Amino acid sequence: MAFTLKINGTPHEVDVDGDIALLWVLRDVLGMTGTKFGCGQSLCGACTVHLDGQPVRSCQTPVDSVGESAITTIEAIGQSPQGAAVQKAWLDLEVVQCGYCQSGQIMSATALLRDTPKPTDGDIDAAMSGNVCRCGTYQRIRAAIKHAAGV
Amino acid sequence: MDGLILREQIADEAAVSRRTFLQGTGLLLGFVLTGARTQSVFAAPASQVLDNEVTGTFAPNGFIRINPAGAVILVMPMIEMGQGVYTSLSMLLAEELEVGLDQIQLQHAPPNHALYVNSIIGIQNTGGSASVRAFWTPLRQAGAVGRNLLIAAAAKRWSVDPATCRAKDGVVFNASGSKQLSYGELAEAAAKLPVPDAAKVKLKDLKDFTLIGTRAKRVDSAIKVDGRALYGIDARLPGMRVAAVAISPVLGGKAKTVDEKAARAVKGVRQVVNIGEVVAVVADHTGAAKKGLEAAVITWDDGPNGKVSNADIVKHLEEESKRPGVVARNDGDAQNALAAAAQRVDAIYQVPFLAHAAMEPMNCTVHLRKERCDIWVGTQAPTITQSQVAELTGLPMDAIKIHNHLIGGGFGRRLEADGTILAVKIAKHVDGPLKVIWSREEDIQHDMYRPYYLDRMSAGLDATGKPVAWTHRIAGSSVMARYYPPYVKDGLDPDAVEAAAEPPYALPNIHVDYVQVEPPGVRTSWWRGVGPTHNVFVVESFIDELAHAARQDPVAYRKGLLGHNPRALAVLSLAAEKAGWGSSLPARHGRGVSVQFAYGSYTSQVAEVEVAADGSVKVKRIVCAIDCGMYVNPDTIEAQVQGGTLFGLTAALHGSITFKDGRVEQSNFHDYLPMRIDEVPVVETHLIKNAEAPGGIGEAPTAIVSAAVTNAIFAATGKRVRSLPVDTASLRSSS
Repeated sequence: MAFTLKINGTPHEVDVDGDIALLWVLRDVLGMTGTKFGCGQSLCGACTVHLDGQPVRSCQTPVDSVGESAITTIEAIGQSPQGAAVQKAWLDLEVVQCGYCQSGQIMSATALLRDTPKPTDGDIDAAMSGNVCRCGTYQRIRAAIKHAAGV
Repeated sequence: MDGLILREQIADEAAVSRRTFLQGTGLLLGFVLTGARTQSVFAAPASQVLDNEVTGTFAPNGFIRINPAGAVILVMPMIEMGQGVYTSLSMLLAEELEVGLDQIQLQHAPPNHALYVNSIIGIQNTGGSASVRAFWTPLRQAGAVGRNLLIAAAAKRWSVDPATCRAKDGVVFNASGSKQLSYGELAEAAAKLPVPDAAKVKLKDLKDFTLIGTRAKRVDSAIKVDGRALYGIDARLPGMRVAAVAISPVLGGKAKTVDEKAARAVKGVRQVVNIGEVVAVVADHTGAAKKGLEAAVITWDDGPNGKVSNADIVKHLEEESKRPGVVARNDGDAQNALAAAAQRVDAIYQVPFLAHAAMEPMNCTVHLRKERCDIWVGTQAPTITQSQVAELTGLPMDAIKIHNHLIGGGFGRRLEADGTILAVKIAKHVDGPLKVIWSREEDIQHDMYRPYYLDRMSAGLDATGKPVAWTHRIAGSSVMARYYPPYVKDGLDPDAVEAAAEPPYALPNIHVDYVQVEPPGVRTSWWRGVGPTHNVFVVESFIDELAHAARQDPVAYRKGLLGHNPRALAVLSLAAEKAGWGSSLPARHGRGVSVQFAYGSYTSQVAEVEVAADGSVKVKRIVCAIDCGMYVNPDTIEAQVQGGTLFGLTAALHGSITFKDGRVEQSNFHDYLPMRIDEVPVVETHLIKNAEAPGGIGEAPTAIVSAAVTNAIFAATGKRVRSLPVDTASLRSSS
């Protein structure tokens, strides 16, 4: 079945079954590999993208549920002021190690700062605890979110 | 991000200049990029990478390639998997070559033992916290050779003494600074000069370093914050199909029934490959492949391992550990000293099987053709992978092209070629390029696990509490015996006893032995920290038990046994001081300490914990003192201490793989728990600066943390944790 997806401001037509996860449409059908596969069960957050600005796990988002919603991925998150601030903070504080989870971390952090420009530690815990990092960059993620927020 | 754009431009120029070069001097190596437009090396699409060779007009050794257009390419012998090695190895080269980190472009090395062997490991493997240790001298020598040749070429052109010229930021200047030539301009002339003996070039004095020892920025950050970085799982090739796989849930089992028709009925599914040990559904994209695999409703014949259980494995270990093992250390007469001691302490410790659970699940892309086999994968062991694929396909070694990639977390998992071998077995039945992706469940249930170990400890104390006898028997699987048999001498696996045979303490009568016990139906392998991750937990817990038996403070007791070992004493003293050791804490709070010498580095940690009435453990703070000798980048060290500590802490608190009916009982991040941001403590790093030989850093904090935490739990509750992961039910308040 054909779907037209609005991704990073551009319409893309894809022909897949409606129950295929958005993650695979992005990565395999459209070749946008910045969004990562980690667990397939919404347990790790590596595949986080935004639907109308809200963070969702694309591994558990059937493509037929997206409808008219605007999809934003890591490839374009720097175009929003919060996304650019988060990316800059990630670079300033040298957050990344292997980097594999960081697309998802940045998508979650950007959504947090859009809703909560001055987050507390509790806000950071709540927004970020769905994103797993096996390299253990959490200490720097927390510091970078505060750095981006100016708190 | 400007640095990356610069590198992209450089790559363009390199691709153009290659044509000139190929007509010229001898081709050494090359990693040929097609097309006028190429991206940064880490982000070069697989379809644009033609060969395993790295070209350059000026190529004085395996590590440096400089082209007339100005591209300075550094070839990275070890792979980047988060540990920061592309930054630290670049710093070693750039320091002597005199180029800025923003002027370089990096490329993954192809498999080539002669050029890129890790001298500590003896293979071109990234592991053992050995990259900086192994390449500290060779890369600085390589850089100095390059600089000397470029300066000589400039001096020749100017007809001056090379000693009057100097190089900085990729440019050679004459004495007055009135003349200058860039490395690119000198590349052709420098390539014609005889290459000096690397061992004889003069290297900079430590005091003259301008890059080594600084907090230089990572070279791989920019492409990791906007999705451009390419890992093996991101490989894409024209006509590529994707396979989802179901591997026999029991090792040695085979698929019994597969509903291939139902799988093929799924839109996008092209083929079902059933080779017994694995069923692969090949499709246009992963989503269709997974859906097809589900539709295939596979049933399995479990084979001989269908009854394997943890209980049986542990029972077998208990029995086997009663017999004497291969002796790793025997000083004095431990048995007699034990019998004569004023006080005796005995304990049994156990640590579980552990999965690696790297964020990037196992994957491999293969294009197998009649005359060659291309492999796109992130591997810590490119030469081993190459030779195993050659053996499997019957193709010659040089027909196996390993295109290495950034790794989304290695932790030892990618030292094994099993994922690549499985992918090639499937690819034999598929036309065109094939990407094989494991689900998270397959990744956790078909890992090669850190062995389950059981350790028997005994010690004798004299009337003052000093240890006069120490015996330690280790029982468990030998990874080394399978992975690299030549390193096992007379049955002794040096990894299994590392940090146990040589504890840092003065122990006059010591006997350490090892009993190899292989569990049926379980594959074991390297896991971050290798032998010491298990042994340091045991040794540092047991020395804490002895301090308690001697009624002495754990730090003071250790200090009393470290008089002969000033570097160990120094890290212990520093960690204790920074942690405020000895200051009072509330009830059910405690501090624990551990000390370690492993990977060439001295480490000490103090953990502070709070144990709630329900037994749950909150690790509040970890203070780490490190002496890793001369170091390259203190920011990388801090990052490794933070992350490595959490990797070990995650295992200590949550990590356990168990078997029932031959199957792994855990499957995903809901039952093989990673620590998350709301659970982790702050980790503080205190680095000792000296001029000792460089030590490794990637695994030291992983190995040391468990004992610091369990010793802190003892301080908080009086309950000794002798088995990991921590059983919180046993820590409930009795009041």
